Amino acid sequence: MGRGKKVGDGSETGRPPRDSSTSLKRRALLFLDSASGSRGARAAAYTLGILFFLIIVFVPPVFGILLGGSKIFEMLSHPDLMSRGGSAIAASFAIAVTVSLLDLAAGLPMAWFIVRSRSGWVSTIDTLANIPFIVPTVALGYSVLAFWSGPQGIGSLLGSQFVFSPGWQTIVLLHFAFSYPVIVRVMVGALQGYKEVYETAARTLGASPLTAVRTVSLPLLKPALVAAFLLAFARSLSETGATVMVAGAFENGPVFIRNARAAGEQSPLLFVSLVLIVTSSLFFIAIRILAPKMHLPISTVRPNLEKRLSSTPALMSRNLLVFLVFALFVIVPSLFVVLPGASAITDGTLQEAVASMGIWSKYWQSMGLSYLIALVATCVNVVAGLPMSILIARRRGGRVVSGVLDTLINIPIVVPSIALGVSIGIFWGGVAGISEFWLLVFAHASITYTYFVRSMIAAVESIPLEVEDVARTLGARPLMIFRRLTIPLSKYSLMAGAIMAFTRSIDETGATLAVAKNLTTAPVLMVDWVKGTVAASPHAIGLGLGILVLTSFVSLLVLTITTRRT
Amino acid sequence: MRAMPSIKLLNVTRTYGRIRAIDKVSLEIAEGEYVCVLGPTGAGKTTLLRLIAGLTTATSGAIELDGKDITDVPPENRNASYVPQQYALFPHMTVRDNVAFGPLARGFTPEESLQIAHEMLKLVRLSHRATAYPHELSGGMQQRVALARGLAGRSPLLLLDEPLGAIDARLRVILRYELKKLAKELGVTTLHVTHDQQEAMSIADRIVVLRDGAVQQFGRPSEIYQGPRSPFLASFVGGANFLEGVVVREARDATMIDVAEGFSISSSRDGHGMGDFVIASFRQEVTLILTNASLEENVVPGRLVSISILGAFLRCVVDLGRIGEVVAKVSLREALGQRLPDRVGDVVYVRVDRNRIMIFDRPERPLAVELEAF
Repeated sequence: MGRGKKVGDGSETGRPPRDSSTSLKRRALLFLDSASGSRGARAAAYTLGILFFLIIVFVPPVFGILLGGSKIFEMLSHPDLMSRGGSAIAASFAIAVTVSLLDLAAGLPMAWFIVRSRSGWVSTIDTLANIPFIVPTVALGYSVLAFWSGPQGIGSLLGSQFVFSPGWQTIVLLHFAFSYPVIVRVMVGALQGYKEVYETAARTLGASPLTAVRTVSLPLLKPALVAAFLLAFARSLSETGATVMVAGAFENGPVFIRNARAAGEQSPLLFVSLVLIVTSSLFFIAIRILAPKMHLPISTVRPNLEKRLSSTPALMSRNLLVFLVFALFVIVPSLFVVLPGASAITDGTLQEAVASMGIWSKYWQSMGLSYLIALVATCVNVVAGLPMSILIARRRGGRVVSGVLDTLINIPIVVPSIALGVSIGIFWGGVAGISEFWLLVFAHASITYTYFVRSMIAAVESIPLEVEDVARTLGARPLMIFRRLTIPLSKYSLMAGAIMAFTRSIDETGATLAVAKNLTTAPVLMVDWVKGTVAASPHAIGLGLGILVLTSFVSLLVLTITTRRT
Repeated sequence: MRAMPSIKLLNVTRTYGRIRAIDKVSLEIAEGEYVCVLGPTGAGKTTLLRLIAGLTTATSGAIELDGKDITDVPPENRNASYVPQQYALFPHMTVRDNVAFGPLARGFTPEESLQIAHEMLKLVRLSHRATAYPHELSGGMQQRVALARGLAGRSPLLLLDEPLGAIDARLRVILRYELKKLAKELGVTTLHVTHDQQEAMSIADRIVVLRDGAVQQFGRPSEIYQGPRSPFLASFVGGANFLEGVVVREARDATMIDVAEGFSISSSRDGHGMGDFVIASFRQEVTLILTNASLEENVVPGRLVSISILGAFLRCVVDLGRIGEVVAKVSLREALGQRLPDRVGDVVYVRVDRNRIMIFDRPERPLAVELEAF
């Protein structure tokens, strides 16, 4: 066939003449597509993305605290407060490191089991391992507290010597439970992408399974191990609401800040927040820099010992231990909240709740507020986070700028959220005309931003550059590539990132406690109920938390289903 | 019918840090021409293609399309469609939507675009798979979809990066002729990158041989085969034997070269003077093997080191003592009826016609390094 015959072959560039039947929507899209070809349009999108990040997400939570001025350092002249604050901060780091390491030790074999085992139980175990994800952290906190120190808890099963009174032990138990699924998720993802062939090669060269895993697989999985550790670490350092519930008289960083705020002590509040912001950021940056340089010990092998440890009985007992730890320290404590929740259905508490009587009217209000904030914060993050994700994933700003931004976007999840909230409060407090609602939205946007952007960066990076190259040589403008290729190819990660940001926002207590004056979100209200600030019966607490779990579960389910269908 | 473009590169250089991926390349390709870019791995073939597509910018030099400077024109405005090695078919779109993407991007209405996609799929005989997704197709089919997509954009210039690289050997041979036929039918100017010299020889109108980012030779396949400009070209395109030596006598129509103590060979080529260090080279397929012969000009006795059958050829390696080893490719058909060497260790005679012996200046680097093709 000749070239002359082709339809609409009008002009020199192959662009056909526009006919009048072109619909308005199409014309608008064509206009936007071609406008996106200009350097200015792209620069504007990226600039807005960066500005949003700096003005909303990064600067207020990290540097807002400095506006506290000299008040911050008044605390230096109070030795008793200093020592209390110092030990609280030290406790935060000690607990975070311990819990993360324990979680790695317990979660890694579990992830291995989920990915590699051919047992029929895998999918059940996999689902169970996600449960603490679905249970909002405050509910988890109450549940863990009820299980380990409540009268109906472990004590009633095994005797009172197993009861832990609220303190650092219960904090460790709580953090262990909520960080566990994080570790398992990250490691399952990494293991699924890992090519088993390296391990097979090592085995055929005479390595026992344990040796192969230790000297070949683990070093290759190191980036994932570091990422899992950092996530668990950041979560433990940051968590406030549930920690307050189980802490008793013990103080770690966030609990100290919360107590200081409740007591109206400005200086300790600011000082400890500042120290936590600085130390956690430095710790994170240090790990980012040092981790690639650390090597796992692989130069010595003890063939006989490692072979014996790889034997079937050794493996069976390891798996048994892993499941026991999982059941006793993760699953049962996480689900224990069901008991008081269930009793509430029969004793009339449910009717009071449905009728919105007494404490319940405030409860429903806070629930609505929580969901509204989460929705707005998530939408804002999706819009503002997309250009940022592309900027970082495609190194659009050059390697240095993208590298720096890539590190900076992690800071909001590393810094304890209550410290972050204190800082945000001070920053925006100086700006007139911002309502408390938007202050909360900004705080939530800041805390959940990283979850969305990280997820999108990974998705964009996984789209081969060549796909975009080809599209460009076929004449596609940047906006068309974004609409027709980037978004469809990353929509699962986009939804997953949005879901993570949304649930994290629903769950948020630390920053909310620090920022809110009159408004109360659902998890903050639950902390008040549990701590007795608002009088509520155990059954009411159980029901309140149960509804929170249920709605969070349902909203996750709905989102998951809609993602699958589109 | 509108004029097809000619593509012109003027002293184009692309550096990555200290590496010169493309080094002062100047080329002129006529409209409708089918040009193969041939070179070993890392020669800069893909970079050359990406420069023309606009996906990489030149560090210096200029690129012209149809007499217009397009050096700084972004790829979407160049009208040169690029088909990468692994095709990069859009995984979330059906075959038809993949092919319709180009027309849509160029502003055709959805209906027109689908119509073009339909025509293109008919052309590559894939109409029946229009609603399939790329991952449901075989490698050969994916290749054809990629081609249809490249052609549907109405680009007069098609840039194919190792288009047959991922296809098994037998099918590859069939598909390369189809590729050329299609390009010729549509009249598109094509640059086809390959590292397979047979592929290039069999379909190219002209071949550009690249090495270390620089053009070694640009010409018709027969020109390069018959008159390679360097030992590397002789070796990389067609294969040859090489003997290092010194010119010891020079006459009007013959040059005598000492290739080992007591052994000289003569060539009908001239242009080299007494005492020049040179390389004498002859194609494997003009290296004759005789079971007996009188010791005349360019006949050397040797011992058979190995014999293997390569399709229609016998490949014989003969040890010529101090001269070294030479390879002879004996056509099985020509050898029919003759007594063939068949036992390793047999004494045989190697003869090469003086008209078939090429002479090269000795390269600056050692011969083995000069010939390396990776």
